[in-house]
Amino acid sequence: MLKELLYPFDPNYLLENKRKIKKQLLEEGGSFVEKKIAILGGSTTAAIRQMMELFLLNNGIRPEFYESEYNKFYEDAVFDNEELKRFAPDIIYVCTTNRNITTYPQLSDDEETVNRLLEIEYDKFHCVWTGLKERYGCPIIQNNFELPMYRLMGNREASDIHGKVNFIHELNRRFAEYAQKNDNFYLCDIEYISADYGLKEWSDPFYFHMYKYAMNVNAIPYLSFNVANIIKSIFGKNKKGFVLDLDNTLWGGVIGDDGVEGIKVGPKESEGQFYAEFQRYLKEHKQLGIILNIDSKNEYENAIAGLKHPDSELSEDDFIEIKANWDPKDRNFEEIARELDLLPESLVFVDDNPAERHIVTEQLKGVCAPELDVTQHFIQYLDRNGFFEVTTLSKDDLKRNEMYKENMERVKAQASFTDYKDYLLSLEMKGVIKPFEPMYYERISQLSNKSNQYNLTTRRYTVSDIEAMANDKKFITLYGKLLDRFGDNGLVTVAIGQLEDNNVCRIILWIMSCRVLKRDMEYAMMDEFVRRCKERDIRQIIGDYYPTAKNAMVKEFYALHGFNQELEEPDGHTVWTLDVNEYRNRNEVIEVNDD
Amino acid sequence: MTREYVYQQMNRIFRNVFDDESIELHDETNAEDIEDWDSLEQINLIVAIENEFEMMFDMAEVAELANVGEMVDLILKKDSNE
Repeated sequence: MLKELLYPFDPNYLLENKRKIKKQLLEEGGSFVEKKIAILGGSTTAAIRQMMELFLLNNGIRPEFYESEYNKFYEDAVFDNEELKRFAPDIIYVCTTNRNITTYPQLSDDEETVNRLLEIEYDKFHCVWTGLKERYGCPIIQNNFELPMYRLMGNREASDIHGKVNFIHELNRRFAEYAQKNDNFYLCDIEYISADYGLKEWSDPFYFHMYKYAMNVNAIPYLSFNVANIIKSIFGKNKKGFVLDLDNTLWGGVIGDDGVEGIKVGPKESEGQFYAEFQRYLKEHKQLGIILNIDSKNEYENAIAGLKHPDSELSEDDFIEIKANWDPKDRNFEEIARELDLLPESLVFVDDNPAERHIVTEQLKGVCAPELDVTQHFIQYLDRNGFFEVTTLSKDDLKRNEMYKENMERVKAQASFTDYKDYLLSLEMKGVIKPFEPMYYERISQLSNKSNQYNLTTRRYTVSDIEAMANDKKFITLYGKLLDRFGDNGLVTVAIGQLEDNNVCRIILWIMSCRVLKRDMEYAMMDEFVRRCKERDIRQIIGDYYPTAKNAMVKEFYALHGFNQELEEPDGHTVWTLDVNEYRNRNEVIEVNDD
Repeated sequence: MTREYVYQQMNRIFRNVFDDESIELHDETNAEDIEDWDSLEQINLIVAIENEFEMMFDMAEVAELANVGEMVDLILKKDSNE
């Protein structure tokens, strides 16, 4: 994780030093997932690709690119293209701009003609998307349009049906409608990105007429950053929560010195207003399932007192973990992550103090701690980083904060039992374990992309992959939901088996969310998996374990289920087999499919 | 701005853009002399040079450049006109 690639980055530095930075990212090591990305451009895209590569590598994604010939996005999508077919993209990015709008209305056109022109323009892109969907079936990222660089009628352009501004707004609205109705289709909002950059700089025609870049080359890092954020989100590399400092981060002043009355938050003074707005911004994240935690050097009582300030937007209840003590912040941070069963790098550290940011990011590799200089930049710097870029929003996301809360209650309940099985029985767990169903495709794909630790094969699947396997008789698919007396954990585990010759079934995916570790859910799943194998006359189940930097916890997974190890490759890949007839059920604590 | 200073900065930019510390520019250096110097990298060079010297080039000016010497002349000319 390179700081230079976090917002606010220096676009000139990135453009000039891209080769060196790439080398640095690769040398830093760490594990990368490899993804094939096709860029279909309506103008030059070379620098867009180069910048995307840096940002993707920084997110643990090693891209291989296909780039269409200059302005051949339409041909590449609508006609067969052997090269692109061989390339087999995981993601397609259609990088078009208002330079690709062929015909705008003339002032003399009547309403019907204007509508027809809109139809024609929209249809061109609609053909591109349908063509790509049919041929490649992978996620598509499509730019909408930036606003025009001049306004013939001035302000009237926005309201008059002949105005280019109005025309582009209308097209963008139709693009958005398509995105609302189609999974696996994501808009890259260059209308916003160009406005954010500054439209007149963005549209400087020098770059188009000199080099056929449809935007200012200096703006390209911002565009590529946004595209890379969408991609990392699709592949499950979003962050999951905040770890927040208190003094001079959530309120102005130091509560230990100034007392509750002395800290600045709320409407009384302008500084307090900034902090209140910042707190509101953080609180809004809870709707996305982003969790909030506190890591503060303070007496615990003082921390709580500050959150009880009458004008505080955030209250004690909004946080999952509150660590307020005098331990080093990196140690608290690590503990928070451990107690939440999350990797430290999935939490974003927010602290106004550069020294604390330094120690946390030095001690815990991969943790992001955006630079915070002055209060009025806090929201901008967190927001523009796209840590939580939303590409899918499942019901589970909306409930995630509740789930973490419930988990904390379970931990408390556990303390009162001496026998672990008694504790599990006291949870009154109910499992639903069934073959994939359409309403869960999105969540299943999301889980396959997010799970790193409890993941035997680390294979990632898009929604279309999931759908294909669900409908193919050569696969046994299972999802598992878990409920207990504290609440609904949602869909937390997925298994996929592929049937092979000679009555063999090979497990190609087995994943589970870490929030239900040690609940015996894996046994309930395996019992059901084996039962379904028997139904299909399967005699032997084969399982693979492919080690990664993160999945050591499932190294002995198959042994726990009674598999025998057959093979260990030098790279640590192990192969296991199970004789279906010798399998005995192991789940004793979860009631399954009793609905 | 002296010619020497411009060369010093240009050398740094070229070395960064091509990630090659051995690059040593002189008046006659052109795209033939540096392996990766194609039309795409040309753009990156121009943008980096514009940012470094805080100036904008005219399309016509850029189109006519034949080698590094002419580029340096152009930078010095624009600098003295400011």
